[in-house]
Amino acid sequence: MRLSRFARFSIALLFFWIVLFAFLPQIMVLIASLFSKGATSFIVFEPTVSNYTRLFDPIYLQIFVDSLVLAGVTTLLCLLIAFPFAAILARSPKAWRALLLVLVIIPFWTSSLVRTYALIALLKTKGLINAALLSLGLIEAPLELMYTQSAVFIGMVYTLLPFMILPLYAALEKIDPRLIEAASDLGAGFWSRLTRITIPLSLSGIIAGCMLVFLPALGMFYIPDLLGGAKNLIIGSFIRNQFLTFRDWPFGAAASMLLTFMMLMLVALYAYRERKAGA
Amino acid sequence: MRSIKTVYAFMIYVLLYLPIGVLILYSFNASKFSTEWKGFTLMWYEKLSSNDGLIEAALHSLNIALFSSLLATVIGTLGAVALYRYRFLGKRFLESMVYILIVSPEIVMGISLLMLFSAVQMPMGFWTLLIAHITLCVPFVIVTVASRLANFDQSVIEAAKDLGAEEFTLFYKIVLPMIAPSVIAGFLLSFTLSLDDVIISFFVTGPGYEILPLKIYSMVRVGVKPEINALCTIMFVLTIFVVLLSQFLLKEKK
Repeated sequence: MRLSRFARFSIALLFFWIVLFAFLPQIMVLIASLFSKGATSFIVFEPTVSNYTRLFDPIYLQIFVDSLVLAGVTTLLCLLIAFPFAAILARSPKAWRALLLVLVIIPFWTSSLVRTYALIALLKTKGLINAALLSLGLIEAPLELMYTQSAVFIGMVYTLLPFMILPLYAALEKIDPRLIEAASDLGAGFWSRLTRITIPLSLSGIIAGCMLVFLPALGMFYIPDLLGGAKNLIIGSFIRNQFLTFRDWPFGAAASMLLTFMMLMLVALYAYRERKAGA
Repeated sequence: MRSIKTVYAFMIYVLLYLPIGVLILYSFNASKFSTEWKGFTLMWYEKLSSNDGLIEAALHSLNIALFSSLLATVIGTLGAVALYRYRFLGKRFLESMVYILIVSPEIVMGISLLMLFSAVQMPMGFWTLLIAHITLCVPFVIVTVASRLANFDQSVIEAAKDLGAEEFTLFYKIVLPMIAPSVIAGFLLSFTLSLDDVIISFFVTGPGYEILPLKIYSMVRVGVKPEINALCTIMFVLTIFVVLLSQFLLKEKK
């Protein structure tokens, strides 16, 4: 079939944009990661794999392990908090569901930076949480919440929670409630209904939610920066520092490629599961 | 059991809104160190109105958000129609790229665009921010529009074709009106994505064109200023207003 002028224009526009501003730059990162850093220029064209081997240096490896732990724990916390919540929303009266869902999304229409800033107001030594706990007599001295690991977790979970809630809700809403009833009639308890029906049937939503939380959590450098006082480096802050502070672009590019590989593996896993579920 | 569920859901909502509520409250608080309530004041709003740097950055942000979401909506809508309706070489590649761009961490896109712009020696500023934000938004417009395209009756298009409609007429007169709500949704999503973006902008911004999130970021790092509370409150009210307005307009159309 010969395509019309309109069709060719639409295809060319998208193709041009994606190739020029998404694909090509990524190829440049890949190429840069395989060359050396120059004394005066960002890149000299001497091929090397040292940027990748250096990533396994214990100092850097520690950053990656810490970062993976931070993102992993954040993902787990989001899942544990969001799953019951999404399940409640998915089984709420139909007329309410749209409103309840919009109420989840509204806070996220404001800048995530603004919301992180609002968390500082809550968490700081003279902030609201300490003031409330002190006046209730639950604590004697203000808690040191800011610039701790807990503050970073609170910030990450708060910022990324809706990315877990929405796919979970979409998956849980599709489950036919009669399946749960049938299981219940046949004597299945709460746990066996959960582990043998609800979780397997919502698995694609769980995986999608975990991906949407885990991957951004590796890169969101401004949350540990603002709430953790830049004490904990994550992959995101590491890449930023290599590019903007140390000016070692090939090394930063290698770290970015590592992140890209991790993402592609997760995407492949998701696609594989979807295909298996579809077949 | 029922009441436990209600309490749990209610608690999550409280936690989601608590930080924003506190921020709005503090924007009217007379105490500079915003710990205790020292009475109602509009002082921070007054101070904000004379802070030219902040206002300029806010206008820059709105500018970038408006232009990038408009262009992303055009590219994304035509792109979604192209991916959905036509068969062509490289279609699988484009589809995969769209999904990969949606899940890929923003920092990956940020540094890759930094490398591109540096390689062609493009000065960082309005244009680099615009291009970066369009690239960020296009995939989201595509999936929004594509989900609507997948749901509509194909026979209408067949009928129009049989009656001799050209491809462009078909798009303009039939497809576009049918997918209009998703096009508007894609535009609004792009607008908020652009306004909110910190990470990608961080790498492609220049000293000549400061945008609000980065301005706030640098301000928060050196010290907390109550004017930011006032500014955030205005922005929050503004976004709620825009979203409610769009909901209202969409309902009217139905």
